[in-house]
Amino acid sequence: MAGKSPRKLRLSTNPTPEALSELRLGDVVYLDGTIYTAREGVYTRALEEKANIPMELPAKSAANFHCSPAASMNGDGSFNLGAVTATASFRFSKWIGDWMAASGAKLIIGKGGMSKEDYKKHFVPNGAVYLTTVGYGTGALLGRGVKRVADVHWHEELGLAQAMWVIEVENMGPFIVESDLQGNSLFERENEKIARNLEALYEGTKPATLKRYGETDDRKDELI
Amino acid sequence: MISTTLIQETAETLMEKAAIEIPQDYLEGLKGAASKEEGDLSAFVLQAMLENYEAAKEDRRAMCGDTGTPRWYVKMGNEAAIEGGPVAMETALRRATANATQNVPLRPNRVHPLWRTDHNNNVGIGAPEIEYAFEPDGAWIDLITVHKGGLFGTDYRMLFPSDGIEGIKRFYLDSLVAFGKRGLACQPAIIGIGLGGTKDACMVLGKRAACLRIVGDKNPDPKIAALEAEFTELGNNIGMGAMGFVGSSMVIDCNIEVGYCHTGGMQMSVHAFCLSSRRAVARIFSDGHVEYRTDPDWFTPYQRRETIEWEDSAWLEKAHAN
Repeated sequence: MAGKSPRKLRLSTNPTPEALSELRLGDVVYLDGTIYTAREGVYTRALEEKANIPMELPAKSAANFHCSPAASMNGDGSFNLGAVTATASFRFSKWIGDWMAASGAKLIIGKGGMSKEDYKKHFVPNGAVYLTTVGYGTGALLGRGVKRVADVHWHEELGLAQAMWVIEVENMGPFIVESDLQGNSLFERENEKIARNLEALYEGTKPATLKRYGETDDRKDELI
Repeated sequence: MISTTLIQETAETLMEKAAIEIPQDYLEGLKGAASKEEGDLSAFVLQAMLENYEAAKEDRRAMCGDTGTPRWYVKMGNEAAIEGGPVAMETALRRATANATQNVPLRPNRVHPLWRTDHNNNVGIGAPEIEYAFEPDGAWIDLITVHKGGLFGTDYRMLFPSDGIEGIKRFYLDSLVAFGKRGLACQPAIIGIGLGGTKDACMVLGKRAACLRIVGDKNPDPKIAALEAEFTELGNNIGMGAMGFVGSSMVIDCNIEVGYCHTGGMQMSVHAFCLSSRRAVARIFSDGHVEYRTDPDWFTPYQRRETIEWEDSAWLEKAHAN
């Protein structure tokens, strides 16, 4: 078992620039404040269909979680929320720049990070960082960090999974710092280390007889 | 006669168990991986997952917020009789899926592929899938629910006999390397490999190899069992651990299932059953007695039979002895 455990920090969901500049790749972060979920449904509705964002951003929260919780609605309109886990963020690349402009988000939280290009183009100019969930997924641990569901917007229009959940959290985590204010990526750093081993690993294996269009044979590449 | 009320009640319990309780075989496999992991970040992730399983059980909440796409495998003894017949049973399973989605709660993941309609209950066209198999003896039914995670880690390729084991190895590594980066496959996983059949059958075999066999069991063909062991080790030698961080925790176990295929082909599929390997099983007997377990015990000698007739118990014993 490895010996060195990562540094652990608490962070507000409306973090100051100073707090963000403190973060280093691989730090473990626990969040306090309010987060909201927004993924393809919310992005499409807000950015393409130009619906008014139903909460005050970033005043209420600067933390956009790529997530749909395991939750249901009770007969009295209250919510039963269990586990919370992120969904893969790279799919939201086409909206993230416009969303940051519209929402002032400083923390993008999700699964698996985004590309370094996204970080340089959108995150760095907006002073934002990416936090990745751990596992994946530590849904029960993250669920423990939920104090209450403050609101659920657009659940009729988008369904519970795509709705905009507004969640008050305390010491919610763990999350890992995947990108910093300079736009460096922890995942890409790890990929580079692992890539050094790949040529030896593949030695003796054989490319398939029947090829496919549009593939890469460079294992240092990612497919996202 | 097995009552549909009992089927529905049992199915609701299974839905909850699958979502909340990590199966013991996977848990032990993961603890083994954690004890060997030398990558700092990967080790931290595995430790967090171990804590997460405990939190899920203590709080009775789903272990992962993405509760996958619930499906059912039903196995019936040849003498089993169900009140109302299979149609009533399917209704009971659909009802149980919807009720558990509300009550556990699970994430209502299932939507229409084009219109994205969400009934908020994991039920819709073709959802949940219900698949069947039969066994020669017994008046029981086995209900198995699997809530496999959905988007990454699975691939299919038509290989040919000339591609050989080295071609199989390459496609296996390609699948792990491609989906292991950033941990998209939610590894370390139980990797299921389907070989042969037809394209659709190959996908089914591989998925069942991942979801319906447990950590530690072996294919009865000793040469395939040797491949399973070799592939487990190969996967853990990529240099990649949990979340795609540097490490050695990629494959908890590799299970291979085969089916007879076209003489010119060698279909291959790869599937990853993730850190939340959700499965739960119950056998319902005709007297109303229910036994819960986590081993689906799906691939019996009867399911892997090669002959025209199902001979008799002598065949069964021989197959078990191998």
